[in-house]
Amino acid sequence: MLNLAVLAAMAMLGVALLLNTWRLFRGPDATDRILALDTLYINAAAVILIYGVHIGRPDFFEAALLIALLGFVSTMALAKFLLRGDIIE
Amino acid sequence: MITTIVDLFASLFLLLGAGFALIGSIGLVRLPDLFTRLHGPTKATTLGVGGVLLGSILYFSLRQGLSLHEVLVTIFLFLTAPVSAHLIARAALQRHCKSLAQVPEAGEEKRSNDENP
Repeated sequence: MLNLAVLAAMAMLGVALLLNTWRLFRGPDATDRILALDTLYINAAAVILIYGVHIGRPDFFEAALLIALLGFVSTMALAKFLLRGDIIE
Repeated sequence: MITTIVDLFASLFLLLGAGFALIGSIGLVRLPDLFTRLHGPTKATTLGVGGVLLGSILYFSLRQGLSLHEVLVTIFLFLTAPVSAHLIARAALQRHCKSLAQVPEAGEEKRSNDENP
């Protein structure tokens, strides 16, 4: 039962990642692309967590935490760059 | 017996989280302009990751003793999602992105200044 739920959740997240990628390529403005990247990394962290449940090993949380940290920093850097034309003033 | 019940709840939370992530991405694709598009992902994916984390907390707590370090990811995402959404919205306001609603005062002033230098 749990295996089936894990597979279904992975399929749903895969569709979500594809939709995000579509917005990443399509996005009419740079801010749309940043938003798509932001969603993409959060969903990737969720995929890694579900993969950890699938394998049955708890070592994958560190990877998800790292992705969340780096993704937030990169989103902030990109948005700051659009706002000011510079990242560190 | 208890394993079956906890597994049922864990799979329920996993499916709930994945469903919320999917809804957020559908919103990201379907909504008409950037300021409405911000709503889908920033709300639904934090709830989605929250559901997935709750499911994995249940799964690993049953098998390898209480494991709460997944809560770190949840707390971090709950703290940072509004900040990044705020920054993206500010960048969009400054770039005069297409908006369905009336753009607030500061953006309007800047636009009129740009048009009549």
